Amino acid sequence: MRIYVCVKQVPDTSGKVAVNENGTLNRASMDTIVNPDDLNAVEAALELKDELGCQVTVVTMGPPPAKAMLRELLAMGADDAVLISGREFGGSDTFATSQIIAGALHNLGVGDEDIVFCGRQAIDGDTAQVGPQIAEKLGIPQVTYAGNIQKDGNKLVVKRLLEDGYMVVEVFTPCLITCVKELNEPRYMTVKNIIESENKPILVLDYEALKDEELIDLDSIGLKGSPTNIFKSFTPPQKGEGVVYSDSVEVMSKKLTEDLVKKHIV
Amino acid sequence: MILSDKYELIKKNFRRFAEKEFTTEIQENLDRNGGFNWEIWEKIGKYGFTGVKIPTQYGGQGGDYMAYALMNEEFCRVCPVLGIYANTPNSLGGGPLLQCGNEEQRQKYLAPAARGEKQIVFALTEPGAGSDPGSMTTKAVADGDYYVINGRKCFISGAPIADYAIVYARTDLTQKGGRGISMFIVDLKLKGVSFGKPEAKMGINGYPTSDIVFENVYVHKDDLLGPLHKGYAVAMKTLDGGRLGVAAQALGAAQGAFEEAVAYVKERKQFGKPIYYNQGVSFMLAEMATEIEATRNLVYSAAEAKDHDASNAATLCSMAKLYATEMANKVCGQAIQLHGGYGYIKDYKVERLYRDVRVMTLYEGTSQVQKIVISRDILK
Repeated sequence: MRIYVCVKQVPDTSGKVAVNENGTLNRASMDTIVNPDDLNAVEAALELKDELGCQVTVVTMGPPPAKAMLRELLAMGADDAVLISGREFGGSDTFATSQIIAGALHNLGVGDEDIVFCGRQAIDGDTAQVGPQIAEKLGIPQVTYAGNIQKDGNKLVVKRLLEDGYMVVEVFTPCLITCVKELNEPRYMTVKNIIESENKPILVLDYEALKDEELIDLDSIGLKGSPTNIFKSFTPPQKGEGVVYSDSVEVMSKKLTEDLVKKHIV
Repeated sequence: MILSDKYELIKKNFRRFAEKEFTTEIQENLDRNGGFNWEIWEKIGKYGFTGVKIPTQYGGQGGDYMAYALMNEEFCRVCPVLGIYANTPNSLGGGPLLQCGNEEQRQKYLAPAARGEKQIVFALTEPGAGSDPGSMTTKAVADGDYYVINGRKCFISGAPIADYAIVYARTDLTQKGGRGISMFIVDLKLKGVSFGKPEAKMGINGYPTSDIVFENVYVHKDDLLGPLHKGYAVAMKTLDGGRLGVAAQALGAAQGAFEEAVAYVKERKQFGKPIYYNQGVSFMLAEMATEIEATRNLVYSAAEAKDHDASNAATLCSMAKLYATEMANKVCGQAIQLHGGYGYIKDYKVERLYRDVRVMTLYEGTSQVQKIVISRDILK
């Protein structure tokens, strides 16, 4: 049994967000972090590893510096890492990205007992599309928004957290699960794991390694092949400060109505 | 000094843990009410921070002095109490066991301490024996398979919450000074062990300190640590490594106070603009930053010297402790100065940091004792 965890290095949006003139994010000028939901996916995989002793492989697509992020995940306890990296893959949208990652996973081999974990969505694009598309391209079942995962023989019992309630789903392996932050509390690294992670392997899959992969259509990858085009991206203007009323309901209602009338809202 | 990727990652992990877990609420609560936070203690143990520089075969993480210094720095940047929680088992508690414990003693006492399951403290100081530990009066007299310990140890950090203590006692009553002293591992639940009440301290509230009193305490001879009559040298060597830890603590606390000051001078406006527009203010920041950076280089090079077992390592550790702790007292004072009257108010973190660093020029050898150690090395 092997668990693949798909992770993404994203700009730390808790700081300043920088945008290039062409509308894309200026990633070079921003600090990078592991996408928060992906850390929950890594933790879910490591908890299954603690329980069952399976192999955990973290997989990312990105430029060579993404290796530093993979080292962090190895230092959390993952066994090995895969970096999918090549100029030809740059600028891929979700359609192209999921195709390349699915191709890479297919290349590595997804067995009957294997599981693919993803975070729900990345904080830079917020699409939540890559996980589900990987599952479609691999032809395996997917369960999204997992808030609880139990392994029961060759199936997983997953509690999906939805806006208006929850849903419990059973799914056979191999399958793909996307994880939400309520699922768990990601662990910290330990000094021992950091020291050991220096000897853990990071496999790099470049264009050459994947160009003959059957799940990848070379015409629909990279910036040119991606069907999505960014029209414009910008930092929204800051809203004004909020106002807090605190008084009796009658007085507050009156004050609220007056303020709304003053602003021509009602 | 440029840290390698490995140490950068180690440092980042400590910072992340301290910032996220040791919240302002926990810090203020401990400062006001004292006691001990068992919840954070469990987390420190869970991630092995209690055994950062203890080898893996004894339940530790197998890190080195550099990793240990980085932990003290980053934890104390957030709060010195957190640094001291994680420091004790790595340093004064675990150090003597690591240096001269036999295999059985290491498995029995060191491994659970490294994993954070048990707490071991270091009991050397006595009411009449501080900078001159050789004048101790606690004694241990052989009686069959046991040694009978009588005496009083004071200012023992962590005593009220500890399971075991490394206790120094004179075993050869004919000898004076550092000769004739032995080390014992004492289970603090043994009959005849009692504690003074926790001291009311200026700072480091949240890590209790008290006397330990020994009245006819029977300690089995298996718990004699290291060779008989030769404990004093081990104490001195343990204190070398401990001094590096204290230097890193002071460095971190100074960094924390400095960051508070930078944020404050940007936010505080007087005469219509932020106060850092005044050169008198911005130059102070420049001086503080320079002193902190110089200290960081000294602390890291002392750590490297320890890791390479360099012949000047002990002296460098003393130099680092002397310089870092004096610097931290100065920088924390300057951070308060930059806060003006607000710096004197408990709502501002610099007030607490100022009190917390005050002990650092005192414990594990005063600044004056460091000067004795350093000058002795120069003039030998």
